[in-house]
Amino acid sequence: MSILIGKDTRVLVQGITGQAGAFHAEKMLEYGTAVVGGVTPGKGGGTVHGVPVFNTVREAVAQGGANATAIFVPAKFAKDAIVEAMEAKLPLIAVITEGIPTLDMLQVRRRLAGSGTRLIGPNCPGLITPGACKVGIMPGYIHKPGTVGVLSRSGTLTYDAVYQLTQAGLGQSTCIGIGGDPVLGSSFVDLLGLFEQDPGTEAVVLIGEIGGTEEEEAAAFIQAKMRKPVFAFVAGRMAPKEKRMGHAGAIIAGGRGSAAEKYAVLRRAGATTIDSPAAIGRTVKAALGARAVAR
Amino acid sequence: MRLHEYQAKRLLASAGIPVPRGQAALTAAEAAAAYTALARQCGASAGFTCHVKAQLHAGGRGKAGGVLVARSAQEASAHAAGLLGRRLATHQTGPEGLPVAAVLLEERIEIAKEWYLALTVDRFAAQLVVLASRRGGVDIEEVAAKEPAMIVREPLEALEGPTPQALARIAQALGCASTQAEACQRIVRALWQLFTSQDASLIEINPLVATPDGRLLALDAKVTLDDNALFRHADLAALRDESQEHPLELQAGRIGISYVGLDGTIGCLVNGAGLAMATNDIIKLAGGSPANFLDVGGGANVEQVTKAFSIILADQRVKAVLVNIFGGIMRCDWVAQGLLNATRQLDVQMPIVVRLQGTNVEEGRRLLTQAKRLNLISADELEEAAKKIVELSKSGEPRTPRS
Repeated sequence: MSILIGKDTRVLVQGITGQAGAFHAEKMLEYGTAVVGGVTPGKGGGTVHGVPVFNTVREAVAQGGANATAIFVPAKFAKDAIVEAMEAKLPLIAVITEGIPTLDMLQVRRRLAGSGTRLIGPNCPGLITPGACKVGIMPGYIHKPGTVGVLSRSGTLTYDAVYQLTQAGLGQSTCIGIGGDPVLGSSFVDLLGLFEQDPGTEAVVLIGEIGGTEEEEAAAFIQAKMRKPVFAFVAGRMAPKEKRMGHAGAIIAGGRGSAAEKYAVLRRAGATTIDSPAAIGRTVKAALGARAVAR
Repeated sequence: MRLHEYQAKRLLASAGIPVPRGQAALTAAEAAAAYTALARQCGASAGFTCHVKAQLHAGGRGKAGGVLVARSAQEASAHAAGLLGRRLATHQTGPEGLPVAAVLLEERIEIAKEWYLALTVDRFAAQLVVLASRRGGVDIEEVAAKEPAMIVREPLEALEGPTPQALARIAQALGCASTQAEACQRIVRALWQLFTSQDASLIEINPLVATPDGRLLALDAKVTLDDNALFRHADLAALRDESQEHPLELQAGRIGISYVGLDGTIGCLVNGAGLAMATNDIIKLAGGSPANFLDVGGGANVEQVTKAFSIILADQRVKAVLVNIFGGIMRCDWVAQGLLNATRQLDVQMPIVVRLQGTNVEEGRRLLTQAKRLNLISADELEEAAKKIVELSKSGEPRTPRS
């Protein structure tokens, strides 16, 4: 079992004729994902890696029956691409694009409310249900089917954590990168709830970072609603104030959002906090023991 | 991207927010001329008094001697000559300070009341939020820490703007006299229009003052723009003052590398922002101290790795370098080859610990071992890599700059 995506997911790639879109469409296909169409306005009619290209999302959905989309469209046009996917009633949108203006995302979030669409990202690696479906850019082979859910604000750090889990013999139910921007489609809280309800997930690894209040909100949710164990690492304890650490969202501003603060609230909420980024796999393994062995 | 006070005030004025009369100057001669023009504009006779305010991207200028009083054109010129080009250190800049890029000559305003008014993004709620406080003119972080109840938060929708009810609550929170409430509400509306039309990420008026005759004015202003939206504001992008930015961070940014200087001795070269932060963290846990945060970006090809090395080594405090690459899409053997080429090209003699993980990792490690470079040490695990680099950074001799 898993959340959001699985064997029945039929994926669209918006921006499939661009360099990144084409490259990752191929990688998703190689992983066994059902990529049923691509969209680039004005380039409909052709194919990319055997995938038919359409001018509009609506057309692509009508022809290929997609129920998810991965967006690789350049930042300038990303808002329109997201809105187009929402209007076509796609239930799941993963926005890989980096550098979307914050005000564009505020508008997207406004339209998202009550639309029935789940948006992941932007500026994220996407999501993967190991062995079944990959909607994003993460290296597929490091994953392994299993029962640990992974939620993260970063990319390569998530790969590292997943790699550690796999090495420790712990497979994953679904791994989701929620993105490194200030305004996101889905929060840790939204997705923790899905993992809590998923019978195929036994525990959740949460990888946070400095800035914002994502981890604080997650802590409140963990305390109130989570019965499954949560393991948390927060990156950026060395970060100085008012300096943006790569991600637009990773900045300790107005004296808030430090790693120490986030660790403290997560610990109080009952999460197992992990100090070293190298200890993620072995900490989860020691706590879950033989319970969560890979299937 | 941050604006200078004089640039921010021009924007505020264009949006209809009252600001003191003033004029910016880039040279001492301009300052003298600005004094005369300003005196005429204010209808003042001899002995007109104005402020000469240093323009730099940091607060706390007053206490640092960056705000002076001029009573004549000669005095204005002398103050400008003393400030311009000099580095001014305030409690926000660190000891090295920032260069004074311009001076703003401004009429003096009599103050009856000082408030704080700001508009920014509430990330979690995905809304805009107005912050208003009766404690104006002081460091708002201190107010937030000591008297959080004195800061009122009023959410507003980016598209719709403030409702009449929200405007009324803000005026009330500030304790506006009934005669001032309307002016206050006009200012909040203008702030929202400016914020959304120019893609700001923060506009802060501190203080917003009321004069004894009841006028409201933005006495100081800070505007930060959303870097991701600068593509639609070429006019604002042109206002960027690179002299206010850290030279290495600027150089790195131009080639797609995120670099932030820290104060330790271990240089870091990492792919991905989260992993780069985590690498700094694990060095600290192992008892060392990182010299920088560095995310080399997606590609990490030979050219990019070479450039990243030259940026790291430009910091003379660096005694050893930790390379931590998780090769997902990027293959570890390519990264290894890039590292070998870069370190040869730059003739790097200091110890380098390399931790590669991911795609084609065996081939990558084999290339590193085969090269038989004494200063290039391969480590399989991140923890082991951190321990090694900390040891090496402590035993290493301090470097002397090469001519």
